[in-house]
Amino acid sequence: MTDDQNTRPGPVPVWAPPVGATSGAPAELPPATPAGRGMFGVQGSGDTSGFGGLRPRRLLPQATPRPYGGPTAGSREFDEVYDSLAEAFPQLDDAVEAVVVDRGELTLHIVPERIAQVCQVLRDDEALRFELCSSVSAVDYLDAGEDRRYHVVYHLMSLTYRRRLRLEAAVGGEHPALPSVCGVYPTADWQERETYDMFGVVFEGHPHLTRILMPDDWEGHPQRKDYPLGGVPVEYKGAEIPPPDTRRSYQ
Amino acid sequence: MTYATEHETDEGRVFTVTGGDWDTVVKGIDPLHDEKIIVNMGPQHPSTHGVLRLVCELEGETVTEVRPIVGYLHTGIEKSLEFRNWTQGTTFVTRMDYLAPIFNETGYCLAVEKLLGITDDIPERATTIRVLMMELNRIASHLVWLGTTGMELGAISVMLYCFREREYVLEIFEMVSGLRMNMAYVRPGGVAQDVPDAAIGKIRDFLDLLPKRMKEYEDLLSGQPIWTERTQGVAVLDVSACLALGTTGPVLRSAGLPWDLRKTDPYCGYETYEFDVPTAETGDVWGRYLVRMAEMRESMKIIEQCLERLRPGPVMVADKKIAWPAQLAMGADGMGNSLEHVAKIMGESMESLIHHFKLVTEGFRVPAGQVYVAIEHPRGELGVHAVSDGGTRPYRVHYREPSFINLQALPAMSEGGLIADVIAGGASLDPVMGGCDR
Repeated sequence: MTDDQNTRPGPVPVWAPPVGATSGAPAELPPATPAGRGMFGVQGSGDTSGFGGLRPRRLLPQATPRPYGGPTAGSREFDEVYDSLAEAFPQLDDAVEAVVVDRGELTLHIVPERIAQVCQVLRDDEALRFELCSSVSAVDYLDAGEDRRYHVVYHLMSLTYRRRLRLEAAVGGEHPALPSVCGVYPTADWQERETYDMFGVVFEGHPHLTRILMPDDWEGHPQRKDYPLGGVPVEYKGAEIPPPDTRRSYQ
Repeated sequence: MTYATEHETDEGRVFTVTGGDWDTVVKGIDPLHDEKIIVNMGPQHPSTHGVLRLVCELEGETVTEVRPIVGYLHTGIEKSLEFRNWTQGTTFVTRMDYLAPIFNETGYCLAVEKLLGITDDIPERATTIRVLMMELNRIASHLVWLGTTGMELGAISVMLYCFREREYVLEIFEMVSGLRMNMAYVRPGGVAQDVPDAAIGKIRDFLDLLPKRMKEYEDLLSGQPIWTERTQGVAVLDVSACLALGTTGPVLRSAGLPWDLRKTDPYCGYETYEFDVPTAETGDVWGRYLVRMAEMRESMKIIEQCLERLRPGPVMVADKKIAWPAQLAMGADGMGNSLEHVAKIMGESMESLIHHFKLVTEGFRVPAGQVYVAIEHPRGELGVHAVSDGGTRPYRVHYREPSFINLQALPAMSEGGLIADVIAGGASLDPVMGGCDR
């Protein structure tokens, strides 16, 4: 058997001795088929397990037209929030990229540079009063283009009006950065550190932006979608176990 | 003013102290006088609820700065979730806050159900069982809080008692789900299996037992001078500080704001249950003790109402594209798919086998979008931000963990106080590091 036969794509995988067989070690993983063709060398998306590189369509909700409605049918709450914000923050049209209403939740996509100003108004204005910043984190939309890859997500809560609001700011590039909201919401301190730790987004003006969950000398940002999953190949009883992201189920 | 006289002897320098001149004496012999000491508490310390490290800067016994350092228990659960299907996610999230697994699961499942748009299709019995299990879990979690806090402040006996009653709750969990902790019992669409009748009896026994035992704890602690000295006026945090620092749950309620998501942003039908939101005005460790004790009593009220409401019915959503294909049953080798189901897919119906295989290995698809669901965890607001890209696996799940957020308040509540009060203040936040670090 030649190497050529072994790597040729085809409907039936060519038999090969297990890697460990020659070294006297127990048999291990099945022979690798040509990259990206799954365990049985199937072309296209013949995969049925969901673990073989199946690519779903990404259809995230786009901008919603007026009226925005509310969390329940017949409510106009989201319009009220937007109008109050527009009144309190006249430059709102420059700051908001899109308004999305989905599954009864209001999302404002904010220009990253304006995020701290918008939060300040949202907290202080009497008609808005978002006193509590519940959560700060990010999502890595790898397909959204290098410049808008990391969406930093803020979940605000108004205890006065019992409303929730989500802000999203898309950053990207080699050094993704946006202003910190620590001055407005001190609770964002650790959450921004976590977001920096996990995604490498820099929050400008944060008092001490250091890693919080990973060790201080860690390299890379683990929650990025292109972060290599698993370390180094491990030798076990003479056979080599490949790192997790090169095993067949994660390819 | 006279100063202490000193003279050299064979045994070293000797001061003759007459009163009022202690400062002079200390200055003469203590080279560290006026200097700050940095004390490192943890990460392995009996009163850190896991592996929390506190770097304290001290002046004498007064704390001038506290810096909590977390991350020792980081296991990348949020990242791991992205590589398993939506149903398998419950097995990961239940391991975050190991004292409140049912809350982690319920928050996650409510988020998945909201993404799927099947929130209203969840059978009533499943929702009632979720509420029942959550409230039992809240009691178990508060019992651990009381026990460990008692131990940290010198009352070891109360720890033994609390863990005894918590054991009772864990036995109930075992009867219901098969596991004492980390049960992965709540699943997207409902719960894994029905509650056996024997467990109902045991829950009723527990409801009879706990009030008597709680009276014992209160007899032990409430009038106890050491307990009151160590808790009253200690680690105070008022409402505005709580909101600025994002602190929610019993700590916020102990400052006087009756903010409880079960009332203010109801989920799982909490608006139909009768219970009160206990508060205190003091905002100190004592207030948090009172609030948590009262909350256990309120939870018992809710459990009683759950037991009355449990009507026979399905515990999993009717949609066969989402529901787990098999009923679980006890076999010779433990809990698993029922023999009846295995016989059917292996012997009778090829289509059932295909359906089972697809759903179990690949999982169901969840329409693209994002949701944020918040529930009232024993420690505060537990928020789940779940993002789907339309696939069979989560694109991103982020937990707003109350332990993580609340720990930020520790410097604010302990700086300027005594080092001993750092322990009391930290304990009153009830941080669980498994949840904090995820």
